[in-house]
Amino acid sequence: MDHEHKEVVLQVQGLAVGYGDESIQHDLSFDVKRGSIFAIMGPSGCGKSTLLKALIGLLRPSAGAVHFGDRNYWELEQGQRDHCGRGFGVLFQGGALWSSMTAQENVALPLQMFTRLGTAAIDSLVQLKLSLVGLDSGRGSMPADLSGGMRQRVGLARALALDPQILFLDEPSAGLDPIAAKRFDDLILQLRDGFGVTVVLVSHELASLFGICDDGVFLDAATHTAIGHGAPSTLRDSSDDPTVHAFMRRELPAGHEAPV
Amino acid sequence: MTVAPANPRLTTQVNGGDTLVSLIGDWITQDDEVGAALTAPAAIFDRKELTAIEFDSSRLGRWDSSLLVYLAAVRQAAASRSVRVDDSGIPIAATRLLALLPQHGAAPAAPPRRAMFVERLGIWAIAQWCELVSVTVLVGGQLLQAGAALVGRARMRRVDFLGCLYDAGIAALPMVALVNVLVGAILAFVGAIELRRFGADIYIADLVGLAQVREMAPVMTAIVMSGRTGGAYAAEIASMQGSNELDALRVLGIPLQDYLVLPRVMALTLMTPVLYLYGSAIGILGGFAVAVSMLHMSPQLFIAQTRSAVTMHEIIFGLTKSIAFGALIALAGCRIGLKAGRSATDVGHAATSAVVVSIIGIIMLDAVFAVCANALDI
Repeated sequence: MDHEHKEVVLQVQGLAVGYGDESIQHDLSFDVKRGSIFAIMGPSGCGKSTLLKALIGLLRPSAGAVHFGDRNYWELEQGQRDHCGRGFGVLFQGGALWSSMTAQENVALPLQMFTRLGTAAIDSLVQLKLSLVGLDSGRGSMPADLSGGMRQRVGLARALALDPQILFLDEPSAGLDPIAAKRFDDLILQLRDGFGVTVVLVSHELASLFGICDDGVFLDAATHTAIGHGAPSTLRDSSDDPTVHAFMRRELPAGHEAPV
Repeated sequence: MTVAPANPRLTTQVNGGDTLVSLIGDWITQDDEVGAALTAPAAIFDRKELTAIEFDSSRLGRWDSSLLVYLAAVRQAAASRSVRVDDSGIPIAATRLLALLPQHGAAPAAPPRRAMFVERLGIWAIAQWCELVSVTVLVGGQLLQAGAALVGRARMRRVDFLGCLYDAGIAALPMVALVNVLVGAILAFVGAIELRRFGADIYIADLVGLAQVREMAPVMTAIVMSGRTGGAYAAEIASMQGSNELDALRVLGIPLQDYLVLPRVMALTLMTPVLYLYGSAIGILGGFAVAVSMLHMSPQLFIAQTRSAVTMHEIIFGLTKSIAFGALIALAGCRIGLKAGRSATDVGHAATSAVVVSIIGIIMLDAVFAVCANALDI
């Protein structure tokens, strides 16, 4: 299941994203291959989450194209875009669970809306997803009563509800303790190996980046474009760019004085 | 990988105590056909002499978690009947995912116990008592804090207070004006029908003036304010609850009573009477316009008649009522917002119940005022 076929599932060409006249990132081009775990890296505020919004259909890019397989996402009509979007699973920052539904109902909603399965079948799928992400208790609890890690797991189960082709994760290990973060990383690996799902991950957690990602793009906040392509560990070991180098090694960039 | 989607199916082949289950076709959750395959894992356990289950997935197409649901159900049923399951025929990736599942399904949660009637009545009564106590604490605290604010000792920021004043005052003017001018005009029309039959057209001015100043302007202004401002207070504070903003204030030691409730209560208590005066005047203007233009009353006569009917007493009575209404709306809005839950639905409930409680409270308070006024002969 690993990398025997290097089919490109997501292709980004010359993409520019921004709000109004303000350009956040421009001239982004990269390929995401099937079954890979692709990292969108970069310092805080460089536009990682904005780029993710353009990939999952929340923000129309100001230039360029996003191809899913042979479909140009932003050229599709709204209905086709929605259909295409059902092949995505998205884990938002902090889970973004629907606060008025229990954990189980959160996972069940996509299944109820987009499949014609009966209540019993949906219930077993929901229990399966929640077991897969390791949520053994609190399934009937409201999101406000769950811990941050549990909310993250429910969010992942909801993202997996419709068995997506591509899983987008926005800062999945933010706010988790090191052990929980490691477990979460392992879970992502297991799900990738099991379902063969492609993972696109926004993160600046170095441990996660080195631990699970096998490809990626590094966005720069100063030049507003990509300054590094490749697996995080490759970038760490062989990138010439001082920003990438400093970021990957958790050092201050050369010539940068530490604030007193 | 198969190209054309094939219906997910199973065939079973019995060989002594062993049953070979062949998994065939595409098992995709979003295909409608998968439902039937999912609901029938129990059929293979019908045979008494069953000792082992094997799988053959050579004709299996694409699959996703629907296959896992089936396999997990088989595994669980087999465990409870001590039937051996041979995993070797299952795709290796599926075996890995199955390994993530707990060996025994999560124990079903016990259904919540239904409380007896007496118990529920008791819980309800205690909750009402607690609510009464906390409302009393809130009202008392606000009275004390308002005193402290007057000498500048409350922990309230001037900018918040001014913002609330603007929101509860100037921003509400157009709506208060529109409602009151129409009510004044309607009163003039209604009065004209009856009074004209007795040739008492002149008393239209008395009717409009008295009704507007004593009843309609205070009540209509308060109802408008409860819809636009009371509901907003409840919704705003409730959504702050949902995003932990109230906790952030508590931790800093900023008293919610001073910081959130006081500026709102003071602003609305101050502005409602001002809006009332404005509403009364513009309501009389509405009546005046109808009386003069459509009922052909002389303008001088209308003004003279109004001045003799509406005394200072009436205005003070109306002002007192609207001060009470303003305080009631603000206190209800803030109290309901503070005790709201943390979900999106709770914000909606808080806004709704703030408006409902305010309107009912206004009408009830108005009735109390009417009885008191009657007893005191005001």
